[in-house]
Amino acid sequence: MDHASAPAAPPAEGRVVLALEDVGKSFGAVAALRGAQLELRAGEAHALVGENGAGKSTLVKILAGVHGPDTGRVLLDGQPVTLADPAAARAAGIAVIYQEPTLFPDLSVAENIFMGRQPLLSGRRIDRRGLAQRCRALFDRLGVALDPDRPARGLSIADQQMVEIAKALSFDARVLVMDEPTAALSGVEVERLFAVARSLRESGAAVLFISHRFDEVFDLCDRITVMRDGQWVSTDLARDLTVDAVVRRMVGREVSSLFPKTDVTPGEVVLEVRGLTRRGVFSDVSFDVRAGEIVALAGLVGAGRSEIVRAVFGVDPYDAGTVRVAGKELRGGSPAVAMAAGLALVPEDRRQQGLVMELSVERNATLTRRWKLARGGLLSSRTERAQAAEWSKRLQVKAGKLSDPVSTLSGGNQQKVVLAKWLSTEPRVLIVDEPTRGIDVGTKSEVHRLLSQLAAEGLAVVMVSSELPEVLGMADRVLVVSEGRLVDDIPRARADEDSVMLAATGQGSSLAGGAR
Amino acid sequence: MSAPLTKPAPLPEELAAPERTGRRGSALVQRLVVVRELGIVAALVLLVVATVVANPRFLSGQNVRDLLLSAAILTVLAAGQTMVIITRNVDLSVGSVLGLSAYASGTLMVVTPGTPVVVVVLAGMAVGAVCGLLNGAIVAVAGVPSLVVTLGTLYAFRGLDSLWASSADRLQINAADLPGGFKALGTARLLGVPVLFLVAVVVVLVVGYYLRTFRSGRELYGIGSAPEAARLSGIPVGRRVLTAFVVNGALAGLAGVLYAARFQTLDTTAGTGQELFVVAAAVVGGVAIFGGSGSVYGAALGALLLTTIGTALPQLGLDPFWRDAAVGGLILAAIALDRALQLRLAARLRGRNARRDR
Repeated sequence: MDHASAPAAPPAEGRVVLALEDVGKSFGAVAALRGAQLELRAGEAHALVGENGAGKSTLVKILAGVHGPDTGRVLLDGQPVTLADPAAARAAGIAVIYQEPTLFPDLSVAENIFMGRQPLLSGRRIDRRGLAQRCRALFDRLGVALDPDRPARGLSIADQQMVEIAKALSFDARVLVMDEPTAALSGVEVERLFAVARSLRESGAAVLFISHRFDEVFDLCDRITVMRDGQWVSTDLARDLTVDAVVRRMVGREVSSLFPKTDVTPGEVVLEVRGLTRRGVFSDVSFDVRAGEIVALAGLVGAGRSEIVRAVFGVDPYDAGTVRVAGKELRGGSPAVAMAAGLALVPEDRRQQGLVMELSVERNATLTRRWKLARGGLLSSRTERAQAAEWSKRLQVKAGKLSDPVSTLSGGNQQKVVLAKWLSTEPRVLIVDEPTRGIDVGTKSEVHRLLSQLAAEGLAVVMVSSELPEVLGMADRVLVVSEGRLVDDIPRARADEDSVMLAATGQGSSLAGGAR
Repeated sequence: MSAPLTKPAPLPEELAAPERTGRRGSALVQRLVVVRELGIVAALVLLVVATVVANPRFLSGQNVRDLLLSAAILTVLAAGQTMVIITRNVDLSVGSVLGLSAYASGTLMVVTPGTPVVVVVLAGMAVGAVCGLLNGAIVAVAGVPSLVVTLGTLYAFRGLDSLWASSADRLQINAADLPGGFKALGTARLLGVPVLFLVAVVVVLVVGYYLRTFRSGRELYGIGSAPEAARLSGIPVGRRVLTAFVVNGALAGLAGVLYAARFQTLDTTAGTGQELFVVAAAVVGGVAIFGGSGSVYGAALGALLLTTIGTALPQLGLDPFWRDAAVGGLILAAIALDRALQLRLAARLRGRNARRDR
């Protein structure tokens, strides 16, 4: 492979504004960054690409002053600096647009943008009129039709993102970091954003652009840095690269070998969802899942995927529609009924929703069946241990002792305990929400192999995932959710990054018209 | 909701003019706030009218003055509590702080007669500020939930108060021990209005102006509205929360001095149980218990309403038990109203979005 050995041939024009040297950062046992490097020059747009989990967001958070690096240095104008907190990063002229908007729902749009930097009158009083004026000026520059005085609560994801962009523009940034800013935006909005980014670049600022959309990357950026598994891979001029070359560097291996979903002939329809609607959250969602099938729910963060599966499982209420398991209609609003019918939900956030962190591995693994395992209302630790041991063996859970608190396990093994907990109920339909979030690469493929094996045994699997490679590798069908609606149903053969992303951003929807 | 979602949406360009979404967003919110505060005023008027019908002497000068005097102390406490609640915290120790400050200021006057009233007031506020500093430091630095911290200091401060009183062998301070100048403060009037009430009004106006007009005031709302976003936008969260607790403590201290001036007989039980009454006043006044929204004016109206209930119900010939029941009912009604208004606002704002988007 032609891995460039060093960022050797960048455009010589710009002076280096910001540089990361050999930066490492670990969270517990997981190393998010190892020897990462980056160099931003004045007047350049620089792309940072890599798969999910490659460490891009951690790198952004180091630039933003949210995390301090464990090792390595951050250089500003060639001088080492410590970005101790977000205020320090901001003072250094670094503006960050985060992937997920971070707004104050109760405050007005204008206040959100200028928080801590409101224009002042004499006596340090806030100049409210000036605040609204400046906000309007910003919106005019961005071409946004938002009322500066309305509260941020209730804004669509796209509008929230525009507010974030306005916020980043509102102070004269020398470095603008954009972490997947376009994910929720429409074509027109993306064009406006790029126009602004270009004008910033021309005025000598450095723009760091993180995106999964290669057309945008090549459209906007001068140089491209590729990262993989927390490490720097290469930095090159965009004009010397092709999309294929970038993808090969990002993945570093064949995509197909990553997620070993075995082909299974689907059986009976096990889960049948019809017209499921929760006002203001999702509407008219209908889909089937057959035994032996893995169906992925893909879409942008905030599109309503988790909300849909939570409603199917009965955790959240819904206003209309039906859920049938093996032909039998479920009464909504009751996880107990869903469990009895053979549904299992492995939630998105295992620390908060999937596990009781202080309890032992065996307690956690048998939590779903404590009534079945009990004799005369009493649970014996021996029964618990025997059951837990059986499942940990099947799933290859690596734990010191089963009586250790589950919090001592690594993320991947914790996830296996959650799976054990639900698989032991012998479900017909397994719903997994972000099955591999925050799990290291090795364990990830084990979880994938496990899901694939379970499907082969006839389990119907519904998987919510934000990781496109995971979706494409694992799913027999991809259901794409956009702004609370099911906009596309893509079979494995037709599913690729473009078709899913286009549907998710509401641009390539083939079902949207028809479903009405 | 489904109607605007399914309607064929216009192209974004057609709506690009900012006037299109216009000033309605702010107008909507403004209206809801007005509705909220008018609701309290309406309840207050209703209560007063009903009571006057039953007992015309309810609006006699002395009666109203008594009512305002009682309301003054609760209002000062509610103003401080609002600052804390807005940051998604709560201070349950204010009743004990009031007691400690009242006793401290009383002792100061007994031990060093001739201390100017201003010094007494400042001393009381200083005692409260130190208590607030302790609360705030544990919450902000150690990251312990304020509910637990202030529940602990509620007992600790009260214990300190008792300990002090018994070791000084001065379990009660009587009116006879207090200087005339100070006692006059409790009964003084300006244009017929009790001075203590005017003090409360000034406190409310100052706190309200601060919260609305200064960056750090707005940051308090931001912290309560979305703590993580506050951190990411570089707001010094710990320092702001600490400040809110210190100011709240100082105001509870001031309330202690006002209490001493009004009742003029002090023992170590002063202010017992006030903390929940204060939180109730703020909640009834529309301060969201999870922070981020509400105004000190609403909280003050809530304090006035709760005090009026306490005074009016006996005059309506109702058992004092009904006071607690009425306060409880009012809290539930306020929460229900807030929830309803919130949902309405959310639905409206979402509807606007759906029309605007593709």
